[in-house]
Amino acid sequence: MKRIWLKLATLAVLLLPAPSWAGEASPRNCTWCHGTGAQGYAAAPRLAGQRAAYIAAQLRSYAAHIRDNPLSKQYMWGAAANLSPDAVRDLADYFTSLPPKAAHDGQRALVEKGQAIYLQGIPESNVVACLACHGPVGEGVREIPRLGGMSYFYLKRRLVEWGQGYHSAQESPMPLVASTLAPDEIEALASYLSYVR
Amino acid sequence: MTMPGYHAMLRKVLMAAVLGVALSSAGHADELQAKLAYCKTCHGLSGQGYHGYYTMPRLAGQQPKYIENQLRAFIEHRRKNQIMANVAHVLSPSMLSALANHFRNLNPPPLGGGGSRGDTATGKRIFEEGLPESNVPACSACHGQDAKGQDQIPRLAGQLPDYFYNKLVNWTAERGQNTSMPDSSAVMGPTSHNLTKSQIAAVAAYVSGLR
Repeated sequence: MKRIWLKLATLAVLLLPAPSWAGEASPRNCTWCHGTGAQGYAAAPRLAGQRAAYIAAQLRSYAAHIRDNPLSKQYMWGAAANLSPDAVRDLADYFTSLPPKAAHDGQRALVEKGQAIYLQGIPESNVVACLACHGPVGEGVREIPRLGGMSYFYLKRRLVEWGQGYHSAQESPMPLVASTLAPDEIEALASYLSYVR
Repeated sequence: MTMPGYHAMLRKVLMAAVLGVALSSAGHADELQAKLAYCKTCHGLSGQGYHGYYTMPRLAGQQPKYIENQLRAFIEHRRKNQIMANVAHVLSPSMLSALANHFRNLNPPPLGGGGSRGDTATGKRIFEEGLPESNVPACSACHGQDAKGQDQIPRLAGQLPDYFYNKLVNWTAERGQNTSMPDSSAVMGPTSHNLTKSQIAAVAAYVSGLR
């Protein structure tokens, strides 16, 4: 009899943190790829500290099959397929509240060049200054994502994919931006941003 | 030189000249298209403006002489804006006018947004009648009843409300910054100071909805 009570008590404790999350919308499902602290792994970007409106917009974009790069198609289309508007908002609010850490995985030698492109653009070759939309230290705003401290590999891959014709959101200027960037300029930008906090 | 030889050479020279002109104007067209795409990355595909980290103003329907004067103002440090100074300093005079003329013919609907909460009715009254008690002339006197501007006087119709608000609130800190090159921006100085912030927000709300 005692044992049953013990088991029930243990079960109750285990279930305690769950009630605020309705089943499949639990952020635990996200952490398999994005990490327990949501700092991201090689393929999945950091979500910690990301702009809530951006996270929500991207989840809707996956569900609508607008964000169509290979990894999004493979993982996120399914993950975002059945999220209710409330679940989208709860996930976005949760991840934006976690403190982000800088990835520090870019090439140190390219940081200075990347910073110059980020702040000034390259007007001679029609490369816009990233800070106009993403802010002076890559903090992002509203549906425009925070970039500071994101992983070099993620940033590089995204810029390359836009250049190849993949999409992220309707009317996003990023495919146009990426088409003006040379491969070494993409590496420099991604390197710089991976060290920004 | 024999006559046939002379003619053949003349033909060659002419052909080379024609080809050269054709090639260089095609080059210019490509260059202009690439530069326009660059402008529109931030200012919107139809020049309707964009809410980024900073607010990028609407250029659609803007007076070409105003755009040209502003681009020069960035280059000459009369108008303070680091991003636009970088953008403008590489533009040739002919590119500058070509860009300015392009935007005149675009006419997307007003973008709005940006969280400005001015009172439209108050804004309309200030725009049309001014505020005699605060020494504020009617905006329409210079910018036109339809707020479309003229020559160096900018169009205000459809401008993003938060852009309009921020420019007017900071007018004398951003414009006329090169003391050795005084410019027409001085005209707006007193008016920008005589308006309260809520009056500026009201005018912003009114003009931002005009088509």
